[in-house]
Amino acid sequence: MSEHEQFAEDLALYALGSLDGAERVALEKHLDECAPCRHELGLLRGDLGVLALTAAGPKPPGRARQRLMSAIAAEPRLPVSAPALERQQRPWWSSFGLLAFRFAATVALAVVCIWLVRQNSGLMRDVASLQARLTEQADKLEHANQTMATLLDPDAKKIELVAAGNKPQPRGKAIYQRRNGNLIFFASNMPPLPAEKIYELWLFPANGGAPIAAGLFKPDARGSATVVNPPLPEGIEAKNFAVTLEPESGSHESPRGTPVIVGTGE
Amino acid sequence: MPSADPNAMTPDPALLTAIRSGDQDAMAEVYDRYSSIVYAVALRVLQDAGAAEDVLQDVFMQLWRNPGAFDASRGNMAAWLAVIARNRAIDALRRRRPESDIEDVVVSVEPDLASETDRSRAMDKVRGAMLAMPAPQRSALEMAYFEGLSHSEIAGKTGEALGTIKTRIRAGLVSLRKVLAA
Repeated sequence: MSEHEQFAEDLALYALGSLDGAERVALEKHLDECAPCRHELGLLRGDLGVLALTAAGPKPPGRARQRLMSAIAAEPRLPVSAPALERQQRPWWSSFGLLAFRFAATVALAVVCIWLVRQNSGLMRDVASLQARLTEQADKLEHANQTMATLLDPDAKKIELVAAGNKPQPRGKAIYQRRNGNLIFFASNMPPLPAEKIYELWLFPANGGAPIAAGLFKPDARGSATVVNPPLPEGIEAKNFAVTLEPESGSHESPRGTPVIVGTGE
Repeated sequence: MPSADPNAMTPDPALLTAIRSGDQDAMAEVYDRYSSIVYAVALRVLQDAGAAEDVLQDVFMQLWRNPGAFDASRGNMAAWLAVIARNRAIDALRRRRPESDIEDVVVSVEPDLASETDRSRAMDKVRGAMLAMPAPQRSALEMAYFEGLSHSEIAGKTGEALGTIKTRIRAGLVSLRKVLAA
């Protein structure tokens, strides 16, 4: 009946569900390792299945069918049980592989969780640092805006202090960034313009090239004026700046009028 | 279940495939085909119509929920359902939780039981073999199978030695195997 005669009787009892205690434990351990005995168990159950078929009796009552069909209709269908099929068809030894896989997956999941917690802590620190830097930058920007607003405010009172008894002289201050061509120019104490005349600011390149027009301006009643970021090419090294008195439309190509103020360069 | 010949019986594997996709008509057909077997087995074990009806419901609900539990390539559905019914009935008899999932019950049947004629022939063989057995051997086998008694319980009930009960049960199963293989 079996290649393993020593288990034959226990196998018959096991198929019947009549084996218990230590004998059952021992046989189940053997079945885990013995394919022929598992095959024999299937055959024994098949024999017993045919034995069960001999149980004659009345047919089930009609209400049992209705009860079943109602229960089926009321119960949402579970997904197709392909995994169950796979599980049934899996060789016995694959259960060890499955256990090992599950264990490895659990360990890997734990490692990933720890890594994610650490990553999260690091990211939180980075966010806090970036927020601090953002606040600092916002403070600096606000301060710069306030400075610029004060300097450019036409209502702000601008007073030049000079030696007592001297008549205030025209003055200019140019702040120039070569790399991007940005220029802010402040003029003060500029003489009132003659009719049909205008002041023109010039940039004199350090390479000796032709002067570049850097904006026209008319001073206010107090002789003050501001030129902010006139269109200038980038990267021009400035040797000097000068303001000339030009025809009202400006000269643009090259200064034709008399210099009023000339920078000394810094 | 659509069929070209309305009188042709849909094979069990095709019904199971339909059940997997949620076909309630296929489930009804399987019930009509095998409910008598399941109910008879449960009633034989439990000797109580109401309890047998509960087992009948339980077995077919298990099949509906998990049709993949039965592998048509490895066994016969009638025998498989009979074994499942017997196991569930024994569980109910002993008022215990089901000891095994239906997926774990592999029933390999060598004789062809596909048709009712085949099943009838096999049952005649088994009935003949049971009648041919010595009474103590038949009794031990029936107590173990239809009453769910362990071999030690049978030994205690009959006053026989444990080894004797084991031998009788195994000899009874060998007899069954012989007549079914013939």
